[in-house]
Amino acid sequence: MSAPSVPGVRRQGRGDRSAPLFAGPVVLLAGLFLVLPMGLALVFSLTEIAPLSGEVGWVGLANFATMAADPTFFRSLLNTALFALVTVPGSMAIGLALALLMNSVLPARPLFRTVVYLPLVISGVAVGLIGSLLFNETSGVLRALALALGLPVVPWQSSGPAAFASVVLITLWVRVGFCMIIYLAALQAVPPELHEAAQVEGASGWQRFHHVTLPLLGPATFFLLIMSVIYSFNVFDTVFVLTGGGPGSATEVLGTYAYDTAFGPARDQGYGAAIGVVVFVLTMVFTLVQWRRSRAARDGAL
Amino acid sequence: MVATVPTRGLTVVDARARTARAPGRPGRRRVGWTLRVVAAVLVAVVMVFPLWVMLVTAFSSGSAYSQTLRLWPSEPTLDNFTRVFAAWPVGSWFANSVAVAGVTTVLSVTVSLTGGFAFAKLRWAGRTPVFLLLLATMMIPAQAILVPQFRLVSSLGLVGTFWAVILPGAAATFGIFLARQFLMAIPTELVEAARVDGASTPRVFWSIVLPLCRPLIAVLTLLALMYQWNDFLWPLVVLRDPALFTLPIGLQFLQGQYLTDHGALMAMTLLATAPLVVLFLVFQRYFVQGLATTGLR
Repeated sequence: MSAPSVPGVRRQGRGDRSAPLFAGPVVLLAGLFLVLPMGLALVFSLTEIAPLSGEVGWVGLANFATMAADPTFFRSLLNTALFALVTVPGSMAIGLALALLMNSVLPARPLFRTVVYLPLVISGVAVGLIGSLLFNETSGVLRALALALGLPVVPWQSSGPAAFASVVLITLWVRVGFCMIIYLAALQAVPPELHEAAQVEGASGWQRFHHVTLPLLGPATFFLLIMSVIYSFNVFDTVFVLTGGGPGSATEVLGTYAYDTAFGPARDQGYGAAIGVVVFVLTMVFTLVQWRRSRAARDGAL
Repeated sequence: MVATVPTRGLTVVDARARTARAPGRPGRRRVGWTLRVVAAVLVAVVMVFPLWVMLVTAFSSGSAYSQTLRLWPSEPTLDNFTRVFAAWPVGSWFANSVAVAGVTTVLSVTVSLTGGFAFAKLRWAGRTPVFLLLLATMMIPAQAILVPQFRLVSSLGLVGTFWAVILPGAAATFGIFLARQFLMAIPTELVEAARVDGASTPRVFWSIVLPLCRPLIAVLTLLALMYQWNDFLWPLVVLRDPALFTLPIGLQFLQGQYLTDHGALMAMTLLATAPLVVLFLVFQRYFVQGLATTGLR
């Protein structure tokens, strides 16, 4: 093939010959360890996998039928939804408040910011263990603190709602820093001229926040909403270590239930794969709905 | 959908940048300032408290089955550390974590850089659809592919080896997203000019592009280190031999051994947490930038 190559004019069509060399490794790794397993997840969700031999047998939709009649599954679905419903708006609201605070005139601002970010780099397991130190019912720090202050002692481990609250509280401790990072970046992108103009027009502090700052935080809010919901649909490490899903199944979430089903004593991997598929579908549906809503909102505003 | 991420590429979020001036009369301004300082101090106390009690417990004598609040180690001791080290191979768990996180990070940064270059600066058929597919994998929950991934790695004969953690870990697609975004900002004329001078594509990558990528490499390295150092669910599934444990699985195992011996557990938690905390304190701006751009944590 002898395409007349004119100097300075790019060859169209064939592309760079060394592209496979550069793109190949990551495409191969992601294809093998992410894309292929995602496809296989759908297949395995329709099978029964023998615990010991690992033999795979086709069962059609039987796993999903089991799920529809499985009270523990519904409990963990409900708990996951509740967890998202509390931690997502909670961490976003606190993160926004902290970002506003840390964006204002304040001494030692970098130090305060660092302190809020710090839990972000701590592993979920370590967070769970620190949570156990705080919330242990008989020897925990919060019990000692309550006794020292003369406050009522909370049964953080034996009461379902209290255990759920302990998971929520420790999650907020980690997640507010993340929300603050995103909101702070968005706040710093707000041109100060806008605020000055609003001030000249006589807008109050609240009015300026409501009409100038808040609308400009829309994209950050959308991004955080998606990321935080994905995080809460997937939550595993901290719950697994802090409560193990208990007491009973009071803090069982989809993440811990899927793991216990597939790799716990039951080792029912077909059913575990089916639960995983449900987690995936929920994540996808939520993301798409939010995406469309945000697009609709943007188009409406134009 | 990830294209709507509201960030400005890899612009550093400058801590000292703009500051909104507090409006109003001077007296009111001072009241507002005082209130803000009080609020910030309260927030700092709440955020630091769990870490502080971890530190105090780690260095306090473990025998005290504490019913009283201890906010200061009355007799600081290393007993908790020596006790656990004498009983369990914590040293090799630490070494395992360093090795696994190190190798995974080097691999993942390398493939992210070359991949990012291919997606940002080279033309080839299928570039956009393949990139979108890779982006979509960022949305796949780890739970959703746990079983098939395990069976795949198991059929490759990797279960019970570090490669079972390293290879899937190196497939972290967040790096591609970051690298592509960074490399798009490098002027194409720079690449074209080198080509006109007769440089091959690998040569352009090595001598022209890579030297410009230092901040990108810093962000990619720190994020990959953080994910790998902290990763728990996947190593828990594929590394079942206690000799191969990484720190997070080791920690969870020790929880079963020491139950409410908070001293021992907090000493090990501190050990597992300290390296990343130090890295974070030194390289905070890169961490913040990376987290703000990928939104992953």
